[in-house]
Amino acid sequence: MNTEEKRFNQEEEDEEENGRGREAWERTYADERSWESLQEDESGLLRPIDNKTLSHAQYRRRLRTATAARIQKGLIRYLYIIIDFSRAAAEMDYKPSRMVVVARQVEAYIREFFDQNPLSQIGLVILKDGVAHCLTDLGGSPEAHIKALMGKLGTSGDASLQNGLDLVCDLLNQIPSYGHREALILYSALSTCDPGDILETIQKCKASKIRCSVIGLSAELYICKHLCQETGGMYFVALDEPHLKELVLEHAPPPPAIAEFAVANLIKMGFPQRTAEGVISICSCHKEAKVGGGYTCPRCKARICELPTECCICGLTLVSSPHLARSYHHLFPIRPFDDVSPSALKDFHKLPKNCFGCQLSLLNPGNLPGPQVACPNCKQHFCLDCDIYIHESLHNCPGCESLRNSKTISDMEE
Amino acid sequence: MTPVSSKLYADDVSLLMVLVDTNPYFWSSMKNTAFTFPKFISHVLAFLNSILLLNQMNQVVVIATGYNSCDYVFDSSTSSMQRAECLLEKLEDFVDKDESLSQEDSVDGVGFSLLSGALSMALCYIQRVFRSGPLHPQPRILCLHGSPDGPGQYVAVMNSIFSAQRSMVPIDSCVIGSQHSAFLQQASYITGGVYLKPQVSDGLFQYLSTVFATDLHSRSFLQLPRPVGVDFRASCFCHKNTIDMGFICSVCLSIFCKHHKKCSTCGSNFGEARKQDPSASDQRRTSYGS
Ligand SMILES: [Zn+2]
Ligand SMILES: [Zn+2]
Ligand SMILES: [Zn+2]
Ligand SMILES: [Zn+2]
Repeated sequence: MNTEEKRFNQEEEDEEENGRGREAWERTYADERSWESLQEDESGLLRPIDNKTLSHAQYRRRLRTATAARIQKGLIRYLYIIIDFSRAAAEMDYKPSRMVVVARQVEAYIREFFDQNPLSQIGLVILKDGVAHCLTDLGGSPEAHIKALMGKLGTSGDASLQNGLDLVCDLLNQIPSYGHREALILYSALSTCDPGDILETIQKCKASKIRCSVIGLSAELYICKHLCQETGGMYFVALDEPHLKELVLEHAPPPPAIAEFAVANLIKMGFPQRTAEGVISICSCHKEAKVGGGYTCPRCKARICELPTECCICGLTLVSSPHLARSYHHLFPIRPFDDVSPSALKDFHKLPKNCFGCQLSLLNPGNLPGPQVACPNCKQHFCLDCDIYIHESLHNCPGCESLRNSKTISDMEE
Repeated sequence: MTPVSSKLYADDVSLLMVLVDTNPYFWSSMKNTAFTFPKFISHVLAFLNSILLLNQMNQVVVIATGYNSCDYVFDSSTSSMQRAECLLEKLEDFVDKDESLSQEDSVDGVGFSLLSGALSMALCYIQRVFRSGPLHPQPRILCLHGSPDGPGQYVAVMNSIFSAQRSMVPIDSCVIGSQHSAFLQQASYITGGVYLKPQVSDGLFQYLSTVFATDLHSRSFLQLPRPVGVDFRASCFCHKNTIDMGFICSVCLSIFCKHHKKCSTCGSNFGEARKQDPSASDQRRTSYGS
């Protein structure tokens, strides 16, 4: 640790001291940051922040994914999440502590990740006591990762960014060449306690084509920024818990693939049928007789308990087709809806009275048309809530899907 | 809609979204089986009325799945529609309008109806009910479907299924036609709904009332029909064949039935092997920690 970092830590400790010196009533105000949930209205009065800001953030995210439409996406991802559980993660500026908040966000992230990236794999690495420790190997089961993480909560010692990167770099060098290598670092500390030259390690990551992104919980660090710039990742510092959540979830959709980062490949796969419930057979993975619910390998007819997997008899990669279909909305995204211009709203007798999706009345009190959007393809009108739902979760335009001659799907599949 | 906050919803209050297949080509193909569209509708009406009588707070919404369009034809929460018979008028209008939209004079075979559109609309309606507050009836979707699956709808139907799964809305299916529907088999399997293909169409009301009338809470106490296998085979993007083994593009996950040099969806070229970086493993450090 160099002197600069020592001084940093000194300051940190001083601050902690001050925090403890505060009275309990003072701390509730300082910690809750209640002033942040207020905003001023036009007349200067204070009122609580409404949910508009939140939905607007979602709206922003949706627009971004929409504009990234049809860009080649890296859909088979190998991602290590590096979590800093050093002393700094015990800080209580996030409630109840940074560690708990980070663990909670990682759990949500892992579920969302596998929802959006079938066939991809995650591994977890923990930084504490100056060393990096591989908590789980790369794997495709969300539950296994979450269980391992929740069983290992606890903070101590310093964080070493270099040790973490070295470990991940070695692990990711073993994966197939068509996979995208990524590291997502959740960093609480304000320093890194390294055994050697971290700049060398960063160059090594760059050479291995590992895209490293960092989300900071305290303040911006030059070394993190440098790492992200060099490897093509993103660096952000979270302001509070909702912001942290948003930043973490931004890493869930597949990043635009940069052609040289991974080699395209055709992989041979099988789509097993699900066998009828109540049939008894011996599975090839556990070598046990089991009743009902299993899959049959299409090549060697062996019975398998779970998908996705590799057939333990013939080695064929087995997936369920719905598993693949989960990502097809990235390939065939729907166009963002247009705002209905105020001039069009004027002759409102021609406008539809109800949202095409949910039948909600589009009229404001006073029978004037309220805010609404229209699909550029089928020209149907939708309420703002449906707009968000359709683009964020459904990924179908109900209007276009209700038209026989709609070009959306058939054209794109050509 | 009546304001939700004024009501107290127990866990056995249901919102039933019924998707009725009105594809005229399918129903004309059923003429010789004596199970005609009017007969079908009379079974459905009896079923809907019994749902409304089961619990006075139950809500039923009917969406017609047509050949050229989809539309809402019944919503029991609007004050003018108390009994299911009210849907007949709107349904008739819908069928007329749907037929007038037909452009092709000759349709080869039965053709498929717009299942993906009706599912999408039903899910939008359910989201609106979710938004109305913490107290709302438990939603579920029931597809009364007869037409064969439309291969072009594959992606859209799957998108709807996953969105329903994320919002924990089960999709029940009752298949009236002669063939099984792979779409609905997967929909019910993935969302935890019930898939049923009645042996005898004439007894449709019996099937509906014994299998699909119970609310989600009471379902756990019943022995409902279990799936007789699920057709998970995929269709390839190149020839729309149904295959059980195939090639997947590692960039975009498109499915092909044979080896191609280039991916037709994302344009990647296949098969250029990447050189492994030899320097990476030399500099192994001893202290990652233990
Ligand atoms: Zn096999
Ligand atoms: Zn709407
Ligand atoms: Zn549209
Ligand atoms: Zn491709």
